[in-house]
Amino acid sequence: MTKARALALTMTMTLAALLAVASRGRADEPRVIDITAKRFEFSPATITLKKGEAVKLRVTSEDVTHGLFLRPLKIDTDLEPGQTREMTVTPEKTGTFLAICHHFCGAQHGNMKLTIVVE
Amino acid sequence: MKEDFDRRKFLKIAGISIGVGALFQVTPLLGETAAGRRVASLLGKKNGEAPTPFSFVQLSDTHVGFSGPPNPNGTQAFERAVELINGLPRQPELVLFTGDLTHDSENPGEHADRMRKFQQIAGRLRAPLVRYVPGEHDAGLDGGKLFHDTFGDSHYSFDHRGVHFIALDNVSLARPNVGPEQIAWLGKDLARFPKTAPIVVFTHRPLFDLRPDWEWFTGDGDEVMNLLAPYENVTVLYGHIHREHSHTEGHATHLAARSLIFAFPDPEAGVPKKPIPFDPQKPFQNLGVRTLEQGGASRKPRVQEVELTLREYAGTVGIQQFLKEGVSL
Repeated sequence: MTKARALALTMTMTLAALLAVASRGRADEPRVIDITAKRFEFSPATITLKKGEAVKLRVTSEDVTHGLFLRPLKIDTDLEPGQTREMTVTPEKTGTFLAICHHFCGAQHGNMKLTIVVE
Repeated sequence: MKEDFDRRKFLKIAGISIGVGALFQVTPLLGETAAGRRVASLLGKKNGEAPTPFSFVQLSDTHVGFSGPPNPNGTQAFERAVELINGLPRQPELVLFTGDLTHDSENPGEHADRMRKFQQIAGRLRAPLVRYVPGEHDAGLDGGKLFHDTFGDSHYSFDHRGVHFIALDNVSLARPNVGPEQIAWLGKDLARFPKTAPIVVFTHRPLFDLRPDWEWFTGDGDEVMNLLAPYENVTVLYGHIHREHSHTEGHATHLAARSLIFAFPDPEAGVPKKPIPFDPQKPFQNLGVRTLEQGGASRKPRVQEVELTLREYAGTVGIQQFLKEGVSL
């Protein structure tokens, strides 16, 4: 084997290994669910997760400061307008849970809920 | 040794008598024996005043300015409650409002008008002492500015006839919290009291996790209750949930008052959090005031829920009939 061919083979193997690692990394990335918050609703209003599966929630407020709170999933965050918050959750129990806005945002604040179904 | 003896006697009597629900009988008991007189004197020295009998009323969630299907009658129940209290044979010395005095408005001028309307109606009360804390509908949009401009501080304390009253604000911060500044203040406020002092905390949201997914909780409520935990006679009065509820944990009893605008359902009934529909045949159904009698042998407060049902509306025995029949509230 010439020096050039050996170098080419080494580079190919290294690239293949790197690609394999990158590919594995993507497979390990949690599923992402985008959620928007605006007075007085979350959109989508219902999301479905799987027990034991890590999921990244990416939540953006479109108007005023809101909050997102659900104690069983340890979600407790402020949502400043225009900013996106990310949180990764891994449900440990099945069931239907109500996450709420816990940042008073107006008269219908009490109706601002996100239903999370864990299957 | 003398201190141990006094302490034991103090606790013994406190255990059967002292407490928010038991003050009516405390004073005679304390006065009947030498030990009792000594305890009364001790309480007086430590609290600044020995406990003596009195009654007070809690009102909550009047939501002045609210208009909608759950109650198209606006302030009618609130005004009826004021008449009811003013008509009591024995006037309460104190009325506590536990928040949501007004319904919020995006227009600050309109919200201020609603607060003035609240003051007009509350101003008719004959009780000499009236105290307030805000709810999130009073303070959530402006961080408590309107409340402060109208009433002053939203957390404070005062003593009345040997009972220490503490007003806590758990609505003016962005989140449903009391906050570290107020918690530090509370620690200092409590420090001067003996562990047996009767303490009444009044606030808007529950200080325990009643239904967090209905926003019926205070984020740092456990820090508040940890500070209160060493005290043996603590009653927490709150509103927010628009229905009666009783919860005991440690030495503390938590009592929720009904609203004067509309009711929410039982949180354990497995139904959604929606106002109970208005019944034109019974316009005051599920609304009402709570009176707490400072008396009785039990340490638990003696609670009387008063529905504002009137004969002319509902065909049932109304509160005026109660009064005419001489039933003591």
